[in-house]
Amino acid sequence: MADNFISRGFLGKRRQPEQAGRVPPGQYVTPDFPVLSAGPTPHIKLDQWAFSLEGFDRQPVRWTWEEFLKLPAEKYTVDIHCVTKWTKLDTEWEGVSVDTLLTHFDLDLRANFATVFSYGDYTTNLPLSDLVRGQAFIGYKYGGQPLAAEHGGPARLVVPHLYFWKSAKWVHGIRFMEHDQAGFWESLGYHDRGDPWKEQRYQGD
Amino acid sequence: MKRTLEWQIATLKAVKQETPKVKTFTLALPDWMPHAAGQHYDVRLTAPDGYQAQRSYSIASEPERAGEIDLTVEVIEDGEVSTYMHEALEVGDKLELRGPIGGYFVWRAEMGGPLLLIGGGSGIVPLMSMLRHRARSGSKVPARLLYSLRTPSDVIYADELRRLGQPGTSLEVFLTFTRARPDGWKGYARRIDREMLNEVVAPLGRSPRAYICGPTLLVETAADLLTQIGVPGQLIRTERFGPTGGIS
Repeated sequence: MADNFISRGFLGKRRQPEQAGRVPPGQYVTPDFPVLSAGPTPHIKLDQWAFSLEGFDRQPVRWTWEEFLKLPAEKYTVDIHCVTKWTKLDTEWEGVSVDTLLTHFDLDLRANFATVFSYGDYTTNLPLSDLVRGQAFIGYKYGGQPLAAEHGGPARLVVPHLYFWKSAKWVHGIRFMEHDQAGFWESLGYHDRGDPWKEQRYQGD
Repeated sequence: MKRTLEWQIATLKAVKQETPKVKTFTLALPDWMPHAAGQHYDVRLTAPDGYQAQRSYSIASEPERAGEIDLTVEVIEDGEVSTYMHEALEVGDKLELRGPIGGYFVWRAEMGGPLLLIGGGSGIVPLMSMLRHRARSGSKVPARLLYSLRTPSDVIYADELRRLGQPGTSLEVFLTFTRARPDGWKGYARRIDREMLNEVVAPLGRSPRAYICGPTLLVETAADLLTQIGVPGQLIRTERFGPTGGIS
């Protein structure tokens, strides 16, 4: 309905040519790392931290912090895109690929979706196909340093190809399911999948 | 919230300079629907070559005001959308937007209270929508606003806050100035700390509905302190505000 609308007198800021193709529609590049969350930041002691994979009638697999650090880690340099319009290029992380974690878990063949759950009761949902094949990791270092609590530390999920609310902070585990179940923001009007390149910000986008 | 959020073309009805860096834009919406206090709209600008920029801005007005909304916007140095709105947009101009958006940082009168609102700088905007909604809906829930500012010239909605918080109402407004205070000021003049929060929160009991909006440091500090004071985490809702403010 609003096709072909031009904002009178708006030209836009000069775009950086080297950023072409890396900034999804409606996003702008920030050098900052904004902090966004819906409630107080949980402060989780490392000796009380745990991460688990669960779902169906399978025996959950659970790691303590010490055990998690022994898993093969990888370094990632990725661009991240927040639904609140900021994009941050070349963020540097260290963490464990979800693929690596899944080699320790007997995943049911019916598993199509996942609910990622966090300390502080946050949840988000993803199709299994967005979590595997090198697309997602549990990050615990950012810029070479332990991930700060306000950015989701001790550890957060990072799924850089989707809007960043899918990259659950203070991650506590992943539950695999046959059917999709809306998470926190997804049940408050945000898009179920959240592909920034398709501008899937809100339901119906 | 199941409906698709369509873009619509609003018309700028009025502009009010609130402070040197903050203006309120009154926009008439062809497809208005009532929002919940605390929600925001997305504004989208389109250049002749098709380039687009978007930002989210909190609604300042109360949902009882049909057909139009107020967006209160702080101009950000080197900002793209805020600068356009402050410097180029004139009454009668069209502005593309969609909303209302956001379903967590909201307060509806029927949710009850007591209500504890903590704002820093332009983080007051969604809290103001809650206070206006509270007044217009006739809600009598006890409410306290703690509003942190750098200098006296940064106070947005100063006259209206004074009026809403008159003695005899169940709203009390506390300002704290962190850099410069008005002459003869007897109130708070420091960053929000535990002692200040204790004083402000105590009369509301241990289970107020708390809404905190402002720069990250203020939000983190206030939310941590409220948790330490004993306010249950599920009652504390936060929203960051600033150049990159929004939700996620």
